[in-house]
Amino acid sequence: MGLTGLEIYKHLPKTNCKDCGSPTCLAFAMALASGKASLDACPHVTDEAKEALDSASAPPIKLVKVGVGDNVVELGEETEIFRHDKRFFHPTGVAVLISDTDDVAAKAEAFEALEFHRVGMDYKTDLVAVKCDSGDAAKFKAAVETVAGKTAKAMILIADDPAVMEAGLGVVADRKPLVCAATADNFEKMTELAKGKECPLVVRGKDLHETAELVEKVVALGHKDLVLDSGARETSKVLADLTQFRRLAVRKKFRPFGYPAIAFTSKEDPREEVIQAGVYMSKYADVVVMKAAEKQQLLPLLSWRQNLYTDPQKPIAVEAKLYDIGTPGEESPVYVTTNFSLTYFIVEGEVESSRIPSRILSVDTGGVSVLTAYADNKFSAETIAEAIKKSGLEEKVKHRKLVLPGHVAVLKGALEEESGWDVIVGPREASGITKFSKDNFA
Amino acid sequence: MAVEILKEKYRSKVGEVVLGATKDQGGTRSHTITVGGESALPYLHFEGEIPNRPVLALEVWDMVPEEWDPLFEKYYGDVWNDPGAWARKCVEEYGADLIQIRLKGADPDLKDASVEDCIASVKKVLEAVGVPLIVVGCGKAEKDNLLYAPIAEAAAGENLLIGVAELENYKAVTSACMANQHNIIAQSPIDINICKQLNILIAEMSTAMASRIIIDPTIAALGYGIEYSYSIMERARNGALQGDKMLAMPMIGNVGLESWRAKEANASSEDEPGWGEQEERGVLWEATTAMAYLQSGIDIMVMRHPDALKAIKANIDDLIKDNSY
Ligand code: B12
Ligand code: SF4
Repeated sequence: MGLTGLEIYKHLPKTNCKDCGSPTCLAFAMALASGKASLDACPHVTDEAKEALDSASAPPIKLVKVGVGDNVVELGEETEIFRHDKRFFHPTGVAVLISDTDDVAAKAEAFEALEFHRVGMDYKTDLVAVKCDSGDAAKFKAAVETVAGKTAKAMILIADDPAVMEAGLGVVADRKPLVCAATADNFEKMTELAKGKECPLVVRGKDLHETAELVEKVVALGHKDLVLDSGARETSKVLADLTQFRRLAVRKKFRPFGYPAIAFTSKEDPREEVIQAGVYMSKYADVVVMKAAEKQQLLPLLSWRQNLYTDPQKPIAVEAKLYDIGTPGEESPVYVTTNFSLTYFIVEGEVESSRIPSRILSVDTGGVSVLTAYADNKFSAETIAEAIKKSGLEEKVKHRKLVLPGHVAVLKGALEEESGWDVIVGPREASGITKFSKDNFA
Repeated sequence: MAVEILKEKYRSKVGEVVLGATKDQGGTRSHTITVGGESALPYLHFEGEIPNRPVLALEVWDMVPEEWDPLFEKYYGDVWNDPGAWARKCVEEYGADLIQIRLKGADPDLKDASVEDCIASVKKVLEAVGVPLIVVGCGKAEKDNLLYAPIAEAAAGENLLIGVAELENYKAVTSACMANQHNIIAQSPIDINICKQLNILIAEMSTAMASRIIIDPTIAALGYGIEYSYSIMERARNGALQGDKMLAMPMIGNVGLESWRAKEANASSEDEPGWGEQEERGVLWEATTAMAYLQSGIDIMVMRHPDALKAIKANIDDLIKDNSY
């Protein structure tokens, strides 16, 4: 959040001594506001002024990192209530929960195997949460060790007893796990532990008020890498609390809530759990911890995360050109589609799995889908015919047969006329391409 | 430390629309359903009223839905050649709050069912169940325009929800609803201005119809453009609460239909081993799509898989619980 020049000016010494290189304090303030100068250049600012300026210019929600190296998960630094106002930045971390009373090794192995490929993207769960249900420090420590041995991903350690936490944290502190949680009863010890190992810390109150209070106490102890948990576990209550965290941080700059938030599912039925996690993801959770960990349960949720966090300001487009799938020859089939990346990758995936070397002509539709482009005249007989010419397709293939998406079958006649090519109407959904290609080109 | 809870103050609220009519009211429904009326963002009970639960319809066709994934056969296969029996199963066994009958068979490229056939299908459903009804055409405007008036008349008094009206084609369906006091679905292609413009045009034809509109902002499935519809819906709902009368209507979406077009719902476990078990994946594809639209303010969802309906009903039970501070 930028400050205006005048807001900054209020905190400067107002002596116009020029030591900073600017002619006046006001000029210096203006330079600061526009990012052209750094506060260090003024040797005379007081510490209080520095702190006031730092905190006023800090983002409304702090960026907190869990994990190290390639497995860092960044949480927070969100600035919006609605994605359409700008965008959401750091996708909700999805954490799979393993209890120290489970078959830890088996669960950790299953967790590590979780990753998906769809529409040209890889999706993954990013965190594993190890929870102490046994009450036994040695058992917890062993579970943390086992999990750490099976996966390099970022971790969350869950235990309320500082002695138990210390045992687990001792094993993986260098991996910067999220320590969960500091509560009214244990916050001094937990803060000491987390701060000592420079690990982020969850602060859990029994409601919003107590959470705010605890955050201030933990900050006073010198730890600032925090994650909020209001203690609520019922869907409706969590939704309300997460909304308050986000709103108060973004709209009111209420400092105790200027941290990312964590949510825990409470549903036993895996379907209901996925839906509950989806609610929290939609409304402001920066991390969701859940038990459901089957592929069919996580694919929908991770897809929703991907959709929710895309930038609404820019359609995601691929380069509009002729793509080779495999090593196509002069008789290989040609498919035409748009350059909306979602559309393109769906089609590409299907053409690939037909295992027949082919070409895909991606027409410049400004990055929109088949019917959207059709409705707006960007995917028309003219634009497709022009794309055929420009792509050099006519030198690369001997035949003159083009497969058109089934949804725009109406373009067939006009396109044949415009391009001189034969148009074969393909299936409506790309998922029909594999069968279609076997029937037509095998 | 007392946190000062941030409650938005809205100027207005979403209008309420009643669907169906009981005997006293001139219809034959066992009860009516009221949708809309929100004076807060979705399920933020702490800042306003959410007086009515969102409701879930199941879809019934007037022909065997050959294009549906074969897995639906075990749920509907015994009834899908009879819209009445199909609707009854949806209500009695699967817990649908209401039924949407889609007159797919009227499509000239499919069965080209006649006006009489279509009326008969609607009547069968009306006789079989007591819940309010949504009636939509086959999707081909020329044919649908011939159906609206006779169906609206044949079901006069039932206070149906009939669709769809679009910008290029709203007059026939609007006058049919006007003449027989039914409600109307106004569908716009994920465009807030077209949405408002269409509502204005309908209101210009009849001020009474303005309070009978249900907005269909057009939805997409999870993974297939859902983020666009989600944001349009959020914007429409914000607009309604801030006092834009032409956005202050309840919203509907065809969640089942869109979700089951997705490859993720239909690809078999053998073809996509990396995606897990097919049916569960499909159920969750539909339920997750529904979850998102509940969060953006939808009031009526037309579902397809009975288990997706059940799971999302449980979510509604949770969301509808008071969370006032
Ligand atoms: C999201 C969306 C938008 C987004 C655009 C997002 C984008 N980047 O494309 C926005 C909000 C911007 C938008 C705008 C408009 N939209 Co729009 N939009 C949609 C929506 C909801 C989903 C589209 C989508 O993303 N689909 C997913 C992609 C992957 O689908 P696809 O490209 O068609 O690809 C599939 C198939 O076609 C096939 N396929 C693709 N390529 C190929 C190739 C071959 C060879 C084969 C065999 C198959 C194949 O495989 C894919 C998966 O099965 C649809 C309605 C719906 N539920 O589908 C309306 C829809 C497409 N939009 C529509 C309209 C009218 C518009 C507007 C013109 C409205 C307006 N007047 O403002 C504008 C035009 C904007 C512009 N100036 O470009 C209409 C089109 C009506 C028609 N039949 O002509 C639709 C159908 C909605 C409706 N029912 O009215 N839209
Ligand atoms: S160095 Fe500091 S006090 Fe001197 S002019 Fe610059 S801003 Fe003002």
